[in-house]
Amino acid sequence: MTGRDSGAPQRHAPALESKSYGDRIFKGMLTAAAVGLPLLLGFLVFELFLGSREAISRFGFGFITSSTWDPVAEQFGAWPLIFGTLVSAALALMIAVPLSLGVAIYLTEFAPLRLRQPAAFIIELLAAIPSVVYGLWGIFVLIPILKNSVFPLLQNVLGFLPFFQGPIYGPSMLSAAIILAIMVMPYIMAVSREVLLAVPTSQREAALGLGATRWEAVVTAVVPYARSGLIGAVILGLGRALGETMAVTMLIGNRHEISASLFAPGYTMAAAIANEFSEAVTDIHLSSLAYVALLLFLITVIINAGARLLIWRVSRGTIAGSRAL
Amino acid sequence: MVVVLASAVVVAVVPLVFILGTLIIKGAGSLNAMFFVAAAAPAGQTGGGVGHAIVGTLVIVGMACLIGLPFGIGAGIYAAEYPGTRLAVGCRFVADVMSGTPSIVVGVVAWAWIVARQGHFSAYAGSVALAMLMIPMVMRTTEEMIKLVPHSLREAALALGYPRWRATLTVVLRTALPGIVTGTLLAVARIAGETAPLLFTALGNQYFSLDVSRPMAALPLVVFTYATGPYQEWHRLAWATALVLIIVVLVLSLAARLATRQRYPRS
Repeated sequence: MTGRDSGAPQRHAPALESKSYGDRIFKGMLTAAAVGLPLLLGFLVFELFLGSREAISRFGFGFITSSTWDPVAEQFGAWPLIFGTLVSAALALMIAVPLSLGVAIYLTEFAPLRLRQPAAFIIELLAAIPSVVYGLWGIFVLIPILKNSVFPLLQNVLGFLPFFQGPIYGPSMLSAAIILAIMVMPYIMAVSREVLLAVPTSQREAALGLGATRWEAVVTAVVPYARSGLIGAVILGLGRALGETMAVTMLIGNRHEISASLFAPGYTMAAAIANEFSEAVTDIHLSSLAYVALLLFLITVIINAGARLLIWRVSRGTIAGSRAL
Repeated sequence: MVVVLASAVVVAVVPLVFILGTLIIKGAGSLNAMFFVAAAAPAGQTGGGVGHAIVGTLVIVGMACLIGLPFGIGAGIYAAEYPGTRLAVGCRFVADVMSGTPSIVVGVVAWAWIVARQGHFSAYAGSVALAMLMIPMVMRTTEEMIKLVPHSLREAALALGYPRWRATLTVVLRTALPGIVTGTLLAVARIAGETAPLLFTALGNQYFSLDVSRPMAALPLVVFTYATGPYQEWHRLAWATALVLIIVVLVLSLAARLATRQRYPRS
């Protein structure tokens, strides 16, 4: 009778099921473990709200638009943090997305077969490097290069734009954006590759059959089919860039101010929490930081949910698609 | 056009080579016996090591595994064995949401739950934060690996008279075990390198300590503190520690990937 209980979802006729005590205990233990996950998420949201309760009651929604961050006067406003988070992530994507999509398309369509596995391997290695290591490398290797060569060049060539004016310190919004781009590329590459692999070969073959070159077949048949999945991959990368803490803290300059220049220091939500949390003295300071954490959590949840919906739409039901998630 | 794309690959690979190369050049020279065994020297003085951080990472990550693995693997088995139920669907959704959560937010939650209520930092608060990061990862990989086990194996065991729990434990789990171990190793590699959740839970410590109710050192914390500190000596140690950390993380990740690749080759 227990033979009916295979792993596939079925309706069981209760009279025909015989559950020994062992089965019941086993299922009970598994259910307890499984229930733990939604409980954990609910708990996470609950603790965030609880911790930020004081700041929410004192500042309300004005917290999101105010720019004052004064621990001594107990006035806190997160707008520079939110702005810095969005700008650094947007810049990082502007750098990372063309490169990542290019690499993903190359690896799935044009690369010689022997190159594909090692390249995928290297991408996974890049994704495994811890954030602090990127930050360490960023401080001592990337920033000197940027400060001495790249930034002055940008200022000479594009200095008429307000983005490239102003003094060059080294730690800046642009440095943080560059390291974020390096960190986010492996994720976008990996997911894009899975999404492109999920495109049915019939699409490619149809285009080739109509006389397209390989490049034209990719651009006109494969990429448009996978478009929502690729956008989903980009948005997943955005979600990661928004939450990235350590490397950004070490490279962004940590200043609660909005500046037009990309060479000026900035701040992000995650970096502010990382820097100030263990040194905050007053309850309202800690509560404000918890409020920032809550906002960050809500932003990343919404963006990640949107991304997964898009990826699911393009790779519905395919094996490669489900692996992409 | 293809040349443009190929050069994009080069641009993507260059940072990895650059980073690994810099780490080896700047860090390898500092790796001696004392580095691995000694605790931190007083600030600014030469010498000292990161033995206390190695022990600390082992303790904190070990405890995180003890907390996180039962929940993660249990939930994964449930989701694979009873896939249509609302709890399984809910679990998958929750795991997806939580895997996208920034690690600093998880650190704040662990702080609010444990550190704020107790009034002091502790290593187990750090472990709880890392476990919260680990559970969704392990749950997803466990579920995927169990789903790969052919139904015929399960049905054969049931046909031979095994009760359901025994069929799952001795046949299905044993078959999926290499994959589950792989998923666990990958999750361990990921949380071993996490700094943000530990910043205000385990806090860090300059001395050897096995007291889990007090602050404890960890390798990523040492890298962060020393890299942003003012002393040249600290910078030198930061490079070496980062090299050790990255070797550990990469070896774990490589071993995990290689094991699965042999068993379940992908096209």
